[in-house]
Formats: sequence, C-alpha cells, structure tokens
Amino acid sequence: MTGYPHRHLLGIERLQPSEIAAILDTADGLREILDRPIKKVPALRGKTVVNLFYEPSTRTRASFEVAEKVLSADSLSVAAAASSVQKGETLLDTARNLEAMNPDMIVIRHSAAGAPHLLARHCRAAIVNAGDGAHEHPTQALLDALTLRQRKGRLEGLRVAIVGDLLHSRVARSNLWLLSKMGARLVLCAPPTLVPPGLEAFAPVTHRIDEAVEGADAVMMLRIQRERMTGGFYPSDREYHLRFGLTEARVKRAKKDVVILHPGPMNRGVEIASEVADGPYSVILDQVTNGVAVRMAVLLLLLGGGAEG
Amino acid sequence: MEPAAPPGYRTRQELMDAERMSRALARIAHEIIERRRDAEGLVLVGVRTRGVPLARRLARLVAEAGAPPPPVGALDITLYRDDLTMVAPQPVLRGTEIPGSIDGRTVVLVDDVLYTGRTVRAALDEIIDFGRPARIKLAVLVDRGHRELPIRPDYVGQTITTTRDEVVQVLLREEDGHDRVLLLEKQGPRRRARPGKARAGRRA
Amino acid sequence: MKVLLKGGRVIDPSRRIDGAQDVILEDGRVAQVGAKLSPRGADVIEARGLVVCPGFIDLHAHLREPGREDRETIATGTRAAAAGGFTAVCAMPNTEPVNDNSGITRFILDQARAEGAVRVHPIGAITRGSRGEELAEYGDLKDAGCVAVSDDGRPVESARVMRRALEYARAFDLPVVDHCEEPALSERAAMNEGPVATLLGLRGTPAAAEAMVVERDVLLAELTGGRLHVAHLSTAGAADAVRRGKARGVRVSAEVTPHHLLLTDQAVKDSDYDASTKMNPPLRSEADRRAVLEALRDGTIDAIATDHAPHTIDDKQVEYEEAAFGVVGLETAVGLGLDRLVAPGLLSLPQLVALFSSGPARVLGLPGGTLAPGSPADVTILDLTRRRKVDPTRFHSKGRNTPFTGWTLKGAAVMTIVGGRVVWQDRR
Repeated sequence: MTGYPHRHLLGIERLQPSEIAAILDTADGLREILDRPIKKVPALRGKTVVNLFYEPSTRTRASFEVAEKVLSADSLSVAAAASSVQKGETLLDTARNLEAMNPDMIVIRHSAAGAPHLLARHCRAAIVNAGDGAHEHPTQALLDALTLRQRKGRLEGLRVAIVGDLLHSRVARSNLWLLSKMGARLVLCAPPTLVPPGLEAFAPVTHRIDEAVEGADAVMMLRIQRERMTGGFYPSDREYHLRFGLTEARVKRAKKDVVILHPGPMNRGVEIASEVADGPYSVILDQVTNGVAVRMAVLLLLLGGGAEG
Repeated sequence: MEPAAPPGYRTRQELMDAERMSRALARIAHEIIERRRDAEGLVLVGVRTRGVPLARRLARLVAEAGAPPPPVGALDITLYRDDLTMVAPQPVLRGTEIPGSIDGRTVVLVDDVLYTGRTVRAALDEIIDFGRPARIKLAVLVDRGHRELPIRPDYVGQTITTTRDEVVQVLLREEDGHDRVLLLEKQGPRRRARPGKARAGRRA
Repeated sequence: MKVLLKGGRVIDPSRRIDGAQDVILEDGRVAQVGAKLSPRGADVIEARGLVVCPGFIDLHAHLREPGREDRETIATGTRAAAAGGFTAVCAMPNTEPVNDNSGITRFILDQARAEGAVRVHPIGAITRGSRGEELAEYGDLKDAGCVAVSDDGRPVESARVMRRALEYARAFDLPVVDHCEEPALSERAAMNEGPVATLLGLRGTPAAAEAMVVERDVLLAELTGGRLHVAHLSTAGAADAVRRGKARGVRVSAEVTPHHLLLTDQAVKDSDYDASTKMNPPLRSEADRRAVLEALRDGTIDAIATDHAPHTIDDKQVEYEEAAFGVVGLETAVGLGLDRLVAPGLLSLPQLVALFSSGPARVLGLPGGTLAPGSPADVTILDLTRRRKVDPTRFHSKGRNTPFTGWTLKGAAVMTIVGGRVVWQDRR
C-alpha cells in the first residue's frame, strides 16, 4: 500500500511519485462527497486547522476552507499583515500565539519563500504550504495534475508546455517537480529575462511559443505577475502578447484535445487571449472542484492517519 | 487463489463452504421478500469491501424470486469511522455510490461479518447523510457476537460463537476467487491479551 | 615579566621558521626565539606537542559597539576572539553611529583598553555615515588609531567617490577596504543567483555583481596608486581580477572567509532556509568556491578573515528574505582551517598560519603577525589533536548564528597570549 509518510506538505520537491499518486488517488475518491446532498463527512471531527494567510488569496483560501468544512475540521482563518517585520510581530510569534489554541494543522500562505519551513522547524502542528513567495504552491500543482489526469487518463508521457513568467512563479516550480516526477514530457517557454538559471536541468527551454505549443497535450499558462515586474523584464504588454501570448492561432498547433490550464487570475490580452481563455479547452470549473478535492486529500492524509478499506 | 491467512493466524475451522453460503443468501433474500414492507422500494447498500458483492447477489436472488430488481449501492465508511486516526497509516478510499434518492425507501445495509457494531454505526451515519429512508435494515452473512453498540441484525446467514482473539475470514469469488468462510485463530503458544481488532483487511 | 614557551613547534612564516624552538616573551615583546633557551627568571609554559605561532589577526569583525550591544560588545567580541585564537581583531565601522570620526574611534579604543581581551584595530568609514557621498576625515581617523577605511556592509556605489577615497587615503597611507557589490544587480537578493536560488524561489545576486566592482576597484587603484583591499572575496571573477591586478603591480590585496571556502549555496537548501546560511556576500556556487580556494593556494588571496557578524536570535528567526545578513566566525575559523583545509592537504600548516598572521599584518600594515624579536608578544598556540564540536550555546560571542553547528573539528587554538599575558587558555 502506498502511503504519505510526511508530517508536513512543504513542497512537491521532496515527494516520491508514489506519494503524489496517493494524494491524487485519495482526491479522486473524495470528489464524490462534493456531489452529495449533505456535503460533509465526520472524518476530521475534533481537528483544528488554522489558515494563516499573509497574502490575499480568495480562491486558495476559499478552497482550503471548504475542504476543511467538508471534512468537519474546526477551522479558523487569519489574514495577517503583509510584512511581519515592520508591523512588530514576527511570523514565529504569530504562529506561537495561534499554537496556544493547539491546532493540528497550520495552512500558510506567505510572500516569503521558506516561511512554511520556518514554521515547520518551530511549531508542533502539521504545516501545509499554500504558496510561499516564488518557491512552491504544492496544492495548485496537485489540482492541475488531478485535472490533467482526469482529462487524459494519465500523466506519464503527456507533452506539457509551461509558458510565461517562470522567474516569479511558484506554480511553475511545483508543476515542474510534479510533472517531471510523474513522467510528463515538459517544454518551458518564456522570454529570456523571465527564465531563472537552472531550469534547463528539468526540461528544454525555448523562447518561441509556437515551438512550445506544437503538439502539446496541455498548455499551462503562467500569470504575468505585474506587481513584481519592477525590473523591466519585457518592453510592453503589447509586445509580450504578440510574442509570448497564447492566441487562438497558436492553440491550433497543439493537439486537438489540448487542455489549457491557468492558475488565475488571468491577464487577458497579455499572456492569454480572451478567445482562448473562454474557449472549449478551458477546465476552470474542474479546477475549482479538484482544488477542494486535492486539499481534502492533503488534510485527510496529514491529519487522518487512516484506516484500511 | 486463496489469500493467505493474516500473518500470525491459522485456520481453525471452516464455517461455510460455497454451498452453505449460497443457501444462506437465498434464505436472506426470501426473508426480505416475505416482509412485504421491506421489499417495496427496496435499496440494497453493501458496505465496502465484501458487503458490495453480497448486496449484488442478494439483488439478483430477489429479482429471480419475482420481485422487482432492487438498485444496489456501495458505502465506503472510511471517513465515518470513529477510529480513523488510530488505525493504519493511510486511508484507501474506494468511494461511496448511492443509486438515486433513498428518501422514503427501505435501505438494507449488507455486510459480511457483524462484530462490534462500529462499522454499522458508521454506515448508518453515512447513509443518513444521503437522505431520509423510511427504514434501514441490516443483513449480514455471519454474526459473531461481541457487540459494543446496541445494534442487532435483521437478517443473518449464520450466528456463531467466537472468542475475541479469533478472526472470521469471508472469501468471495468476486474478490477472492471462491466462496468460503473460515474461523482463524492466533498461532503460537502464547495468546496476547489484547482484543483482536482485525487489522488484516477484513472487518471481522 | 618574562615567559618561556618551552618545547613547542614554532611556525613563524614571516621568518620562514618551522621547527622545535623555545620562545621568550619579556615586557610585552618577543625577546628571543631559539633552541633550548634558559628558563632563568621566567614563568615556563610547557608547549611540547603544541604549535606556537605569531598571534592571529582577524582583518574583519563586527563588534557592534557602539550601538548594537544586544548583538555584541567589545568585551564579548574580543573574548570570542581570544577563545578562537585571535590576538587582534580589526573592528568594522558599521556601528551605530558609524565610526566616521575620531570621537567614535577613541571610544572604541577606550572600551577595548578597559574591557577588551585582545587588541582592537578600528577601521574608519570611507564616507560620512557610510552613505557613499562625502569622504570621512581620514587624517583624524588615522591619528585616533584607525588602520584602514571601509564602508563595509555596503559597497562604495559611486566610482567617483571610490576614486577620491583611494587617492585621498594615500596621504595617510590608509588602505581602502571595499565591500564589492553592484547594488543594481543585488537589489533585495537573499542569496547567490543560480540553480539553487531558482529552486528555492529566492532572489539571487549574480557572481558578476561582485566581480565587476572588484574589476572597477582594481582599475581605480591602478589609476590612483591607492591601496585597495578586497573584503570577503567570494567569486571566481573577483579572484581573477585581483590576480591580474597583482600581476600588473597594482597595490591590491584580498581576504576570504572560512564559510566561502567551505560552503556553497547548496547549504541554504540543505538547511531548509535556515538563516544561519545567509550572509553578504552569499554562499556561492561550487565553481566559485573552488576558484576562491585556488586563489588562496596560489597567493592571490592574502588572508583568511572571519567577517564575524553576530546577530540576535530575533534578527535571524524570521523569514529568510527578512533575516539579517551575517554569521559569527571568530570561534570557528581556526578549527575550520585546521580540520578542513590543512588536514585534507589543501593548505600546509605554515600556509594556514601565514594566512592568519603575517598575511593580515602585511595587508593593513599592522604590528604583529611575526615572532621576530622586538615585535609584540602576541602568540597563538595550537593543539592539532584537540577535537571540538561546534556548539553555539558555548560561544563567548553573543551571536549564535553559525552554519557550522554540529561540525566536529580536529585542531584548535588552546592558548592566546596578548602582550605577553595569557588572555585565554583551554589546556587539558
């Protein structure tokens, strides 16, 4: 029997393929609960989860909250100030205060890479990374994988293009780890200014989107993070869209049944054309359900211990 | 192929062979039909794993006896267990499937072995989350005693006396290749004092 | 007062001595070095089986006083130095306020005389407030006791200011110590730019950001005839720039820290973002580490310096990006050098001793670094067999921020003598 032998979920990097599969399988089994008349099971009754969000994030936070409620965990969401250092209370002090409530798990979203690791070192609770800076966003990658697996029946051998801001994207890093561990064939595409060093070790990097999209089973679009774009990484949104945006014409180069994933929110007319965003390849609604299912699976595997079937 | 007995156990006695099992199931099917109230709007829901093929067989037997063929569902009670965090390292979810609405109908829960009653308690909790049946009945192939909750079966294939150290192993052709019910006992000279919570794949 | 150090192996690279010798210290000076010296009238210190060296000098320490006494004081910092085998430390000027005038310099020296365990050589600021704009008063700083000028902690951003500093410092024969970093490339960087930073999602500073400023400074030293010392050199490109400058006869020297010699940016990942791996310049790539080690072996680099930078736990137990830069080094440098550089044969023992004594003394023109008769009676005694485990809770420094926790190091300083007086010993 495969298992999930870790106390925390800090990133995809340290997971074995069998552990990733265990999460996806569990998520598949849990999806059905979301279609029931009473969308609630008592599995995590008496468990307490704190959602500690240092960055605003409507969808990830809502998704975790729904997952917690469906599994009957008691949950508490804290929207913390952006920068702990200037505001006086440190991240650790905040976490320790919350620990006085004896939570079984802390779900943390933070703009600083490694913030979940700091908590994991100093807190008793299980730590789940809901996105840390430009490092990882493991549950996003898991939900993308679950969606792909449902649509394509497999991950192994799929040709997946990851296109966009590879430099600042935690979603890209988690997906790189996940998809390469599961045997997908990746190709990466961005302007050279948005490709950090070392990525070529995972997958070929191209600066031509046509090449990246050619024959793809799936295209994963990364958001241009305009709020981080202080360095003049590209001359204009117009040129970016022309050279690196996903347009209807470019989608035609991919396989007919191509799936297009975008972690959202989208910049229409920059990384993705509206016709594509709203087109038939979109799997956004699947993404919402799968997001809850994957987070339920993570909660259950970390907190549930478990029983045999 | 017959799966090996759980490690540390050996077969003490055969409780049922294929012949006796099919007679027991046929009797249960007839009893269900005889109680007309139960047969109307009947839904058979098997508790995973071995309750599910038993429910399917009962459905077939009911239909063969001339009654309308009842829908069959499957219940995965993992998420309703009261010992979820104490048992094995990770739950394997096979999923729950309830065919249509159960409101106002008679649900017969089907399981292979009735022991402490905790599985049935979890199954009751779960089934109620799917609607409001008129009544819920319980059918089991083997009742081995040692109840820890006030639960009583409505239909029983065979009632036997066991000690807590023993394990009742039900083998079904759908899962295991052939039909057989075995009583297993601990191997070795010393018996551990701890009650035998079945950890070996069979709720017993 | 007379002390005889008897029967030790004396290594004095300044005079190419390596052999069984006795050393007599008298009235704060080295009186005599020779075989079988008479113990008459002297306190005898048995040094058989030990290595007797000129007192070790750290070119680069942050003692934090005045201003940040919560991190370190002159008293605790110099005790850490003594315990680590150093008889003198150069105190960087990024205190609060910055040591950019003779008043601060005198305060530091007064504190050092009153509470210091070892000698303290203050380094003054290059510019007022180390803001990189107007030059500080080098004449006053020199007279008050500064041995060099530096804006360490930050680079001299303007080439014009750096040029003027190198020029003007010539009048007082003060070396200019630069923290070489192009700030436009290192903005908000938490570590070295490269594959490891990519995986960790941390903003990196490229090696080129250091090398290009070292290139600039070497050219400016050549232009002005000033004396340039490159602080905590950490990249292949910087080592190459210094090597070429030296070959052209430019007055340039360089130091390297033990952590840049022994660790790479992989340590950031292996520690799971532990801020004890965060310093500036950051831990670099393996290629840089090897190049810097090679530059140390071929003489391009003149000294090993600690860049001892104590911080409070609160400065460090925060998000990696928010954590303060710097690690402590005074109490680990010598052990690391003996166990990780000499033992594997990367350096000979006399080479290591030179990099801790005659090398730093030459770079800043400091007294000491030699056991020549008449020089200060500063001695570091090593026991090559002593094993110590790095345990920050036992540091004399207030800082606990070291990336070497748990390392077992064979070889240690066991006695530190300053001006003929034993200021620290740990003898069995």
